[in-house]
Parts: sequence; structure tokens; C-alpha cells
Amino acid sequence: MSDRKLDEETGVETTGHSWDGIEELNNPLPRWWLWTLYITIIWGIGYTIAYPAWPMISGATAGMKEWSTRGNVAQDIASHQEQNAELVTALLAAEMTVLREDADLNRYAVARGGAVFRAQCSQCHGSGAAGAVGYPNLLDNDWLWGGSMEAIIHTVRHGVRNDTDDDAHYSEMPAFADLLEKEEIAATIEYVLSLSKQEHDQTLVPIGAELFADNCSSCHGDAGLGDPDMGAPNLADAIWLYGGNRDALSYTIENARFGVMPAWGQRLSEEDVRAVSAYVHALGGGE
Amino acid sequence: MDYLKLILLGFITLGAALASSWAHDLAYQLHALLLMFIAFGMFVWVLRNTDEPKAAPQDGVYTDGVIRAGVIATAFWGVAGFLVGTFIAFQLAFPELNFEWGQPFTNFGRLRPLHTSAVIFAFGGNALIATSFYVVQRTSAVKLWGGNTAWFVFWGYQLFIVLAATGYLLGATQSKEYAEPEWHVDIWLTIVWLAYLAVFLGTIFKRKERHIYVANWFFLSFIITVAMLHVVNNLSIPVSIWGSKSVQVFSGVQDAMTQWWYGHNAVGFFLTAGFLGMMYYFVPKQAGRPVYSYKLSIIHFWALIFLYIWAGPHHLHYTALPDWASTLGMVFSIILWMPSWGGMINGLMTLQGAWDKLRTDPIMRMFVLSLGFYGMSTFEGPMMSIRAVNSLSHYTDWTIGHVHSGALGWNGMITFACIYFLTPKLWGREKMHSESAINWHFWLATLGIVLYAASMWVTGIMEGLMWREVDDQGFLVNSFADTVSAKFPMYVVRGLGGLLFLSGALVMVWNMWMTIRGAEPATTSLPYATPAE
Repeated sequence: MSDRKLDEETGVETTGHSWDGIEELNNPLPRWWLWTLYITIIWGIGYTIAYPAWPMISGATAGMKEWSTRGNVAQDIASHQEQNAELVTALLAAEMTVLREDADLNRYAVARGGAVFRAQCSQCHGSGAAGAVGYPNLLDNDWLWGGSMEAIIHTVRHGVRNDTDDDAHYSEMPAFADLLEKEEIAATIEYVLSLSKQEHDQTLVPIGAELFADNCSSCHGDAGLGDPDMGAPNLADAIWLYGGNRDALSYTIENARFGVMPAWGQRLSEEDVRAVSAYVHALGGGE
Repeated sequence: MDYLKLILLGFITLGAALASSWAHDLAYQLHALLLMFIAFGMFVWVLRNTDEPKAAPQDGVYTDGVIRAGVIATAFWGVAGFLVGTFIAFQLAFPELNFEWGQPFTNFGRLRPLHTSAVIFAFGGNALIATSFYVVQRTSAVKLWGGNTAWFVFWGYQLFIVLAATGYLLGATQSKEYAEPEWHVDIWLTIVWLAYLAVFLGTIFKRKERHIYVANWFFLSFIITVAMLHVVNNLSIPVSIWGSKSVQVFSGVQDAMTQWWYGHNAVGFFLTAGFLGMMYYFVPKQAGRPVYSYKLSIIHFWALIFLYIWAGPHHLHYTALPDWASTLGMVFSIILWMPSWGGMINGLMTLQGAWDKLRTDPIMRMFVLSLGFYGMSTFEGPMMSIRAVNSLSHYTDWTIGHVHSGALGWNGMITFACIYFLTPKLWGREKMHSESAINWHFWLATLGIVLYAASMWVTGIMEGLMWREVDDQGFLVNSFADTVSAKFPMYVVRGLGGLLFLSGALVMVWNMWMTIRGAEPATTSLPYATPAE
């Protein structure tokens, strides 16, 4: 310790050690640093008294404030539930087809349904409900399984082609690659293109029309207008779930499609099913 | 001795060959083949040198060859890690970059651990091993203990990196963040790490200085704690010893708590304590000034290592973790604030009497900037651990921004500065080839970090606010996809920040290349320092 000397630049004593030329000054702890450390420690003690903190033999200290994360969120949910209790009761009792006549209840149902939609439905149907290839657009008035309030509620509650709900919508188009010749499929495609007034080969249309009448019209209808009872899409409009060009149509006809939707009645509360149906119905295309 | 080695290597080659033929999965098979070729190569090498005269070990010089290799490995893995990071940043902005043709290997999910492990363990780890070997020799005034064990540590660690990285790409992962490698890779790392501990401790034990320098306390605490964290968090039972899959010993919330006890202290001891060890040697050296306060270094060292180990639960606020554990994690994180800042104060105040160097010395500027980012992220961390703040920030990009201001700003910058300090010294040059290139690197990296951190603050806070936004009846306003599309512009900015940071590192590599291959003849190893006491 006799090596202690003063640092010329600062006038502070060194500790007298040197490692590879590095020395150490003997400066005290900065006061503000030490006091801030003390304050955080004191605060920490206080906080652990107020909140659940110290593990004991069975369980931990609960804290003076009797606060818990779960209690906190339960309180939050309860306050909203209390605020909306009357509306929920009304929604459960409402005749859904005339929901619009009660402006307050309708506003509540649509707002609630929108929240359900954004959390549960937007993954497939898009956050704006515009759909995507294979996932129907819910903004237009073209409905696979019907667009009335009752039909929408049924679809939401039971879903489509799932194997969890016996009342789910079910229909299945055959894979025509096993049933028709390649040329026959090609002709049918030309006829389907003509139905939706797209560019097509006029010479194949008569053959296609005959094939369509034999193979497709039982579900899609003689004029190709579809049938919501079968979930058979309208082929005479410009709206296509899987695409309406030659390639997409030939894939659909050869392999068929099998879109699935869960039965939300098994996952959501009754009020949520009603609310999200009201929301979908109100999006613009509800009948 | 050589015959013993030959027998051992022969057995390893044979065992690895068997393992590769019985392997249940591709990752394990590849790793076994790799081990077989390495063991066979070493077998041939030992065989050729058997009974040849051995060069006597050089006395009176430091063991610097392994440090030279470590500096090069640091730069190499740094560039690799930054490249993958920049690429996956753009993948998040433009999902097409996941490339359909490259699935599943080019998927974000497989590349992301490749990035994190490359920067933390390959870049950071090599930097820590190289600098700790350099510092412990100089401050103990002896060469490394254990002869070629240091080389085993170096090559063993590189093998660990390659095993981990190829495992991720082939889908072998424990799915534990920052602890992804499977059990066989974990065992290998444990062996390498114990060898590292032995070399470091052995050197400390035979030191010629009476006292152990503060940098070595930090390095030692880092090596010991990482060994403990690694072993406990990777306790698992292999499904088969011929396959990479294993099952964790802990389950549910115990597993989560062990994981974040590990994860947080990987930050605390790998990226903080270890790098503070670097700071305590290289900052006073570069500044040419004494360390500001011996007292502060003792107090903040013990406070830091005592407190850090408790802070892990703050990663699990509002989960299945009991509230009491979450409270303790938060409280210890906040008390940790000042002990963390102790290192920053001691580093910055060491410049007392040498502040003018900031104007003239770009390396000094890098050290100071890294300490600045260290101070910022060690303030941000405790703040984000507060439950109320965490309820906004958790799971958002704010966390990513926080991590990167620490990793790029503190760990990255101080490592670059150390590389610029070490390269001329280790290759016997007077200084780096180009000082203006260091300046370029400084500004490219700084601008890159600013773009990165700022864009992640904006998108993180925006995302948190959008997630929690409810209308007056308590209903969610946004869907998750809305938050994703709102983040797009900031993701592009973040990618550009990464690009700048990467180009800075490339400038550094060029500068190192030119320095090492410089025209002047190199003077070989540096002589012993004489002990001061």
C-alpha cells in the first residue's frame, strides 16, 4: 500500500496496484448513484409488502393491497359485463330477424360481433371480411349457404363440412377427373365460361352444355345459378371462390374442393354467435 | 501419449461411424458424420507426427495464436450473423423472401435461431473467449495455463457453433429460446466450456500479480454462471441415444421459469458481465487513464451478480407464473438499475482527463458509444420489467428494439472497438490500416442502430396500443392482421438499419484484412509484461 500515489490529471489517490499498466483511482462511490440504489431498495421493500411477493412454506405473502393479476383482469371484465348486462339479456332474447328495429341493441350486437370477428374469423375471411382464394368474401351479396339472418346464424353455429357438428352444412362435389374424359372436362369448362360471359370457345359450348346438364345441373341448377341449400355456387356471375379462369376451373372440376369451417356454436357463447352473425349480416350483403 | 491419443481417436471415429448409420434423423446423422471425419483427420495427423521431434514450447511469450484465431472468428461469425439477421428482417417485411423452393430450410422459423445464436454465441462468444484469453494473460503477467487446451477450447467452440447451426436448419431444436441446440450438442458445449474454465482459472492461479484484476472477476463470473445456467436449463432425456430429439425434465410453468432464469442470465452474464470484463481492460488501455473508482467496481460487481440471477421472472409477467415470482422478478430488476450503471459510470469516468480523445480517436468513440447504449438499455430493461409497462411492451417489437440497442449498441460496438485495438497488436502492426475506415464503420453502425431502435420503438408501442385498444363497450377494435399491416413501413426501416450495420462490419473486415496483410514485416509475439508488485 506504500505505492499509493496521486494521479496528476485529477489529483485523486490511486490504489497503488497496476496491471499491465492499468491503475485504479480511489474515488468514492458517486453520492447520487449510492442514494438512487438505496431508494430503489427501499422502494423494493415497500412494493413487496404491498404486493404478493415472498414465498413462504405453503403459498406466498399476498400483499397488503390484496392485488393479483387474475383478480385485476377479472375486475376489468366484470365491469364491462355489468355495464353491458342489460344488452346481453336483450340480445339473448331478441328475435334476430328484426334485430335492426332496436337501434341500441343492433349497435351493441354489431360492435360485439365485430370484435369476435376480428379475433376468430379474420384469420380466414380477412380482417376486412373481403375473403381470399378459398375463403368467401362476406361483403357481397353472393352467399354459398344463404344470406338471411337465420341462414348466417346456422352457418356460424354449425359450420361447414367439419366432423364435430352433425348439423354442419355438408355437400361434396365429385372429382370429375375420374368420371369424365379430358376433352369432356375441357368442353364443360368452355360452357361454364360462357355462363359467366367470359371469353370462350363457341364450338365446344353445345357439347359442354350437354355434359353440364348431365353432370352439374343437379346441384348448380340448369342455368348454373347455384343452390344455397346445397352450398352450390352460382356459376353465372363474376364471383369465384377458387378463381374463374380456365386453369382454376379445370383444377376445381378435376379435383373438386372441400372448404371447411368450424362449428362456432361449440366454441363461442350464444351471445357471441348471435353478435357475430349480426355483424356479418350487417357487412353489406345480408338478405 | 501419442499412442493413447491414437486409440482414443480411433474409437471416436468408429463410434461416430456407427452412430451415423444408426441415426434416427438427418441432423444427428450429419453431426455423427462430421465427428467421424474430424476424429479421423486428427487420427491421421497424430499418426504422421508420432515419434517425430516436438518443438519445445516457447517460454516468455504470451499465448497469442489462439487469440488471433479468435479475433478472425469473431469477425467472420459477426458478418454471418448480421447477414442472416438483415435477411430475416426483410423476410418479416416481405414474406415472399421465405422462398417456396427453399422450404423448410429458408423459413423464418429456422433462420431466426440461426441469427440469434450466430450473433450471441458465435460472434459474442468468440469475442469473449478471445478477449478473456488476452486480458487474463496481460493482467496476470503469465501465459495461458494448459498449453494446447486453449486451442481445444477454440476449435471445440467452433464445432459447437457448426453443430448448432446445421441442427437448426435441419429442424433439430429444443424450442427453448437461446438454448435451441439439442442434447448431444449441449453435452459437447459443456465439455468445451469446462475446458475454458480450466484454462482461465489455471491462468489466474499461476498469476504473478498479487491481486486479481477487476476484468477477470467479471470474466470468471461469466464463465462459471454460464456453465451453471447451461447445464440446468438443458436437463433433458434423449428419446434415443441415436437421435437428436430429447424431452425436457421440467414441464409447464417450471420449465418456463427455468428457461427464463437461463434466458435472462444469458443476457446478464454472457452479454453484460462478460462484456464488462472487456470494458474494464480495454477502455482504460485505450484511454491511457486509471479506472475511475476501485470501490465502485467492487460494489457494482457484487451487486450486479447477486441481483441479476433473480430477475428472470420479469419475462413471464401475466402468464401462468404465480404473482409472487413475477413481483420479485420486477423488484430485483429495478434494484439492478444502479448496479448496472456502475459499470457505465466507471467506464465513462475513466475518460476523466482524456475526453479530448473523443475528438481524435474513433476507437475511443466506439467505446464511449457502446457504454452509452449499455446505460440506455440497462435503464430501459428495468423500466420494461415494471408490470404496467410490460403489459404494453410484452410480445411487441419494443422488446426486439430493446434487445438490439443492447446487442448492436453495447455488445457490437465494444467488440468492434476491441477488434480495432487487438488487430494491430496481435499481428505486430503499428496501427489499423485505415483510420477513416474506422470512422466510416462508426457512423454506419451508429446510424444503423438508430434506425433499428427508433423503428422498433415506434412499431412496438403502436402494436401494443393497437392490441389493447377497446371501444367504450369493451370490445377489441383491431384484428391481429391489422397490427401486422400497420407495421410494414417500420419493418422496412429496420431492415435498412440492419443493412447499414452489416456494411459497417464489412468495412471492418476489409480494414482487418489490409492491416494483417500489411506491407511492413510483422514483429512476432509480444514479450512478458513485468509484474508491478
